[in-house]
Amino acid sequence: MALPRVIGTETEFGVTIRNKADFNPALASALVVNSYPGRKVQVQWSYEEESPGRDARGFGHEGFGVADPDSALVNSVLSNGARVYVDHAHPEYSGPECADPLEAALHDKVGELVMFEALRRAQRTLPSGQVLKLYKNNSDGKGNSYGAHENYLLSRETPFGRVIRYSIPFFVSRQIVTGAGKVGSENGRPGIPFQITQRADFFEEQVGLETTLKRPIVNTRDEPHGDPSKYRRLHVIIGDANLSETQTFLKLGMTALFLAALEDDALPETLELDDPVEACWQVSHDVDLRRPIGLEAGGSATALELQFRYLGWLEKYAEAELEGDAWGSVLATWRSVLEDLEADPMSCADRLDWVAKKRIVDGYRARDGLEAHDSKLRALDLQYHDIDPAHGLYHRLVAAGRMQRLFDDGELERSMSEPPPGTRAFFRGRCVSRFPTALVAANWDSLVFDTGEPHLRRIPMMEPLRGTRDIVGPLLDRVDDASELIEALGG
Amino acid sequence: MTDRDRTAPRKESEEDVVDDISEVTETESEGDSLDELLDEIDSVLEENAEEFVKNYVQKGGQ
Repeated sequence: MALPRVIGTETEFGVTIRNKADFNPALASALVVNSYPGRKVQVQWSYEEESPGRDARGFGHEGFGVADPDSALVNSVLSNGARVYVDHAHPEYSGPECADPLEAALHDKVGELVMFEALRRAQRTLPSGQVLKLYKNNSDGKGNSYGAHENYLLSRETPFGRVIRYSIPFFVSRQIVTGAGKVGSENGRPGIPFQITQRADFFEEQVGLETTLKRPIVNTRDEPHGDPSKYRRLHVIIGDANLSETQTFLKLGMTALFLAALEDDALPETLELDDPVEACWQVSHDVDLRRPIGLEAGGSATALELQFRYLGWLEKYAEAELEGDAWGSVLATWRSVLEDLEADPMSCADRLDWVAKKRIVDGYRARDGLEAHDSKLRALDLQYHDIDPAHGLYHRLVAAGRMQRLFDDGELERSMSEPPPGTRAFFRGRCVSRFPTALVAANWDSLVFDTGEPHLRRIPMMEPLRGTRDIVGPLLDRVDDASELIEALGG
Repeated sequence: MTDRDRTAPRKESEEDVVDDISEVTETESEGDSLDELLDEIDSVLEENAEEFVKNYVQKGGQ
């Protein structure tokens, strides 16, 4: 089998403060990030190894700055291995890297809990009347989008041109499974009452380095956060932020499986599309799942038909190549979702955000006789994503037993401070809880300690699957301080 | 809240097929259930939808 998958998610949350005339999103984001009370280290994020301007297609880009120096001021690394910071005027939660899709979905959900705890603390510092709100969505409905990204470790040996060719049709058709739903359209796309995804309207290129304008279906940022001679990190920017646990698990699992099969050359056809950029929004606007999409090889297929083809291939691939419960669950969940979408899309209201939201929106339209673009429907759309369990409509569905869940509350709460065991996030997280004063800087692939010696000591972590509980757990239990740790590591 | 075992999706997918069949024949109870859902949402819905939507403006991100 291809390289074991390492998976992680990053979410930019929508932020606002009600009744605050001079609301500044960057300051509000900083307030949220700095308010999180859990075990954390506010570190200098080391940008030394980061290179968002490096292009996977092999050409360099001049003039790409590394990062906004101000954002280094508000950076926390948590004891669960996650990073919480301010990015582009949004508070962002980057979950720890995980060794399977179920764990990665768990930590994506943990991000909501962390952000809500931070929000509760931040709210206490505001004058009465002002109300801080966070939304796990990807659009303000006015043409501004912000991302929920997925990251998958790939082998450097896999030619990137192959990744592009095969994955564009997969990402375009995947939207029927990954969408969080949206009332209306944006960015000059045709008007429509409701669409499957938050993000599709914003995709304008097939391939590219940008993430904030002219967004590409395949993002070429080549920043592996690991040994660059061995790894790539596929930075997927086309997904929606999902509230549904099942949906996040399915999105990460099906994509990881697809990429494994791609790397193992186990996909019989590319299924390339005639016009992927047009197909992207067309699939999202097609809530009845009937629209044929032109294929480059001739003929056409609906997104659902394309998804059934991928599923069939990956079922065969998994049977031949893979072991592990997580993959069996991915395939079973995927099959049941596709079959239910085929029979009656609304039967997925307990698993897919877009269907759950559409059911509410359609219900209000019918009951109250509302026009397609009534503010009330847009309000329902937005409120679906409110991370406050008392107000968010997703949370009200959960409370009423109307959404399937994968994780229990205790497990989620524990994972706010416990790192996943199977990657270097374990080492990062444990160092935060054990040596919070000595740890002065961090990055995905290194930690820097000040042990009182004349020089800072940097511990590189270029292998995402080292630093696990099995490998470093006993060592971390044995040492008393950061100096002993560095000495034990051969420092 | 229904907490689910980690290996549960396969099992639930089988149950879903049964649910689909029952939904076709029980449209009345589906209607009741939707009314109930909308009533629940009424109680938490933001009061001034127009203001709420208008004031939610974000800076673009990634």
